[in-house]
Amino acid sequence: MADIRNNFIGIKSPNPFWLASAPPTDKAYNVERAFKAGWGGVVWKTLGEEGPPVVNVNGPRYGAIWGADRRLLGLNNIELITDRDLQTNLREMKQVKMNWPDRALIASIMVPCVEESWKAILPLVEETGADGIELNFGCPHGMSERGMGSAVGQVPEYIEMVVRWCKQYTRMPVITKLTPNITDIRKPARAAHAGGTDAVSLINTINSITGVDLDSFAPQPTIDGKGSHGGYCGPAVKPIAMNMVAEIARDPETRGLPISGIGGITTWRDAAEFMALGAGNVQVCTAAMTYGFKIVQEMIAGLENWMDEKGHASLSDIIGRATPNVTDWQYLNLNYVAKAHIDQDACIKCGRCHIACEDTSHQAITRMVNGARHFEVIEAECVGCNLCVNVCPVEGCITMEPLAAGVVDQRTGKPVSPIYANWTTHPNNPMAKVAAE
Amino acid sequence: MATGHFIEGIAGGRLSSEQYADNFSDLHPPLDHHEALVESDRCYFCYDAPCMNACPTSIDIPLFIRQIATGNPLGSAKTIFDQNILGGMCARVCPTETLCEEVCVREVAEGKPVQIGRLQRYATDVAMSEGKQFYKRAEATGKSIAVVGAGPAGLAAAHRLARHGHEVTILEARPKAGGLNEYGIAAYKSVDDFAQAEVDYVTAIGGIDIQNGKALGRDFQLADLMRNYDAVFLGMGLGGVNALRADGEDADGVTNAVEFIAELRQASDLSSLPVGRRVVVIGGGMTAVDAAVQSKLLGAEEVTICYRRGQEHMNASGFEQDLAAANGVTIRHWLQPTRVIAENGKVSGIELEYTAMSGDKLVGTGERLTLVADQVFKAIGQSFVPAHLNGSEEAIELEGGRIKVDAEGRTSLAKVWAGGDCIFGGDDLTVSAVAQGRDAAESIHRALTSNGRA
Repeated sequence: MADIRNNFIGIKSPNPFWLASAPPTDKAYNVERAFKAGWGGVVWKTLGEEGPPVVNVNGPRYGAIWGADRRLLGLNNIELITDRDLQTNLREMKQVKMNWPDRALIASIMVPCVEESWKAILPLVEETGADGIELNFGCPHGMSERGMGSAVGQVPEYIEMVVRWCKQYTRMPVITKLTPNITDIRKPARAAHAGGTDAVSLINTINSITGVDLDSFAPQPTIDGKGSHGGYCGPAVKPIAMNMVAEIARDPETRGLPISGIGGITTWRDAAEFMALGAGNVQVCTAAMTYGFKIVQEMIAGLENWMDEKGHASLSDIIGRATPNVTDWQYLNLNYVAKAHIDQDACIKCGRCHIACEDTSHQAITRMVNGARHFEVIEAECVGCNLCVNVCPVEGCITMEPLAAGVVDQRTGKPVSPIYANWTTHPNNPMAKVAAE
Repeated sequence: MATGHFIEGIAGGRLSSEQYADNFSDLHPPLDHHEALVESDRCYFCYDAPCMNACPTSIDIPLFIRQIATGNPLGSAKTIFDQNILGGMCARVCPTETLCEEVCVREVAEGKPVQIGRLQRYATDVAMSEGKQFYKRAEATGKSIAVVGAGPAGLAAAHRLARHGHEVTILEARPKAGGLNEYGIAAYKSVDDFAQAEVDYVTAIGGIDIQNGKALGRDFQLADLMRNYDAVFLGMGLGGVNALRADGEDADGVTNAVEFIAELRQASDLSSLPVGRRVVVIGGGMTAVDAAVQSKLLGAEEVTICYRRGQEHMNASGFEQDLAAANGVTIRHWLQPTRVIAENGKVSGIELEYTAMSGDKLVGTGERLTLVADQVFKAIGQSFVPAHLNGSEEAIELEGGRIKVDAEGRTSLAKVWAGGDCIFGGDDLTVSAVAQGRDAAESIHRALTSNGRA
């Protein structure tokens, strides 16, 4: 049986599935239930500084987009950090950690961007026995208007400064949570790294409006006729999050910096993909908010099963395995040629491949052969774009088949070269590096 | 209450009133809003969709389903009505399992087609319940057209002609409009007086005057119409019922299935409708199944369909055959009636002969079987009665015993078009009758105007 025990920057948990800082980790009641269900760790919902707690709106806090069967695809929220008293949270955290010593308990923190505030709260958190802290530099709504959350996360200099304070005033490991609402995720990651962070976690939620009520012309979620951008999460954001994880994992300046992957993780497969791209563990929120805590059981069993099947003994066998395969476009092999192939036995003749190719791509799929409805790739036109594969409703019916070296590409009339060659040396590239004489 | 089943002879009141109501409720209940969204999401929006090509009225099925999926049921209904103004009834009675749904790629892929018929009903129900009319009449052309028969063909023709600005008079022999939608078709396929609601919806466009109780050959002649109108559309269906050609078929208790079905559709109190304890239905089409299943639902103890060929030759679709079996009807094959047995003038049984193929000819094998029966329904097809056309000064040309028409529905007479079951080459489907009525109307419009321009 594969060993899925996780050691993330020295924080141990029985599995790599943590609940992200969010409503599911708001208080002891929820966290106890999560641990009973099997979650490896939780990042407690973000603590603010001592004093009157924040207040939330009293109307809808969430908006969503759905598939046709109301499958929740994307969720957004305008909830703020914990609206419970700091002392209550600290007391509960301490008790929960005592009850569950084998689980990871991380405190998410967001206080004003002044040294005194951080210096004041860190010892209080440390006293709970929490395994680490996560700096909430991601929350994109409400708190950012008060100079916290993503307002910090969008300024690399602030990130570095706050991380330094934290490293200075606590012995607890520091995880810096990054906002995706920036243009280049490497900049804040480098800043956190420079400040001495032990790890980064990403992504926090994405600025979003989930819909517009076409009767009242109000954005959703709507509070008394108005709406404010909320933070977007759930399955819809996973591709964006994975790219950002990979960018940090392969950046020479941050290579090796531990990453806790977050963003739309719903199944064991999602988690495995994040870890393959370089995440040392994962954090989950929307999936739990959609289905309840029990989903972790599928994640644990699915991950173990896959690792057993593939012969991966422990998480270190899979973490970062895909990172070296993420590269820049300019290094992709331009001599690699693939053509779509339609399995006629599997084809149900819906014609979507044809119309997608005909209307919007390269006119490379027939609709009629010898007077009969028949969809077949015209190799002389096929550029191997993969659109037909993506629109085909039958899994595995259309596949991309690479041409072997030496085989003539019907489209170019040239044999496929066995040699790797990319844009940097391509004759059409005015900046091409001429091979040494 | 089971005692009702065992009353000898032809009797009513075999069931409790709750059982009647339950037995004759909607066969396919309507999809609710969420069900319609989920089902519409199953449609792949195929290119050059096979379902659309299989539809005799060529409804743009992928488009109307997508309009349901995107929350535009009224737009969806218009897409349907553009091609088929009787889309509401067709959604209920079309044998979709042999038309659109048979060729649905999901039927091919997983044996579960998109439920096109039920989605079509969803969209058309929304439009009709809102009384939404999509079409305005064109400026009056001053032309008037007579339509014979207010069935699917006649109504479709009338609506299209009225849209083009012509004045339409429909002459209908029966007391109500609707044709087989009103007088044929099993009751559980068209509940809540839908046929009349649809007639009202179709005629709401205006310019359509329906005159009931006017039968061709009895109350007026074709020649009168040709004289008094700019064009004539014949859509009177089939008036005759094929005979069993078995001895004693005039005995009491031998009934035409179509008449039984019509009586059932018109009955205000099903318990007053008598049915036999042991019923034999002769035939293998939809009418046979409709008569057999409804006999069972009215409380007959034993109902047997006898068909003279094999299961694979039956005109009733697989779905209809399954429906019969599920309702406890026995279907027997390779049996043809030879003699109706009567006691005191009343049916007491039927003698049948086994049949077999000899080369490509069906022959009796000589082996006989007698079934006890107190009621026998004839459902072996209907025939066109050309005598009603007498009175036209020129004879209208027939083909295969029905009216001969060209691709546009033109008959051999210059001002006369025809469509529906009365023409040669029809397939006895509501949806085909609608297509023929619609297309004939377009042809009439082109002929009466300068190629469509008034």
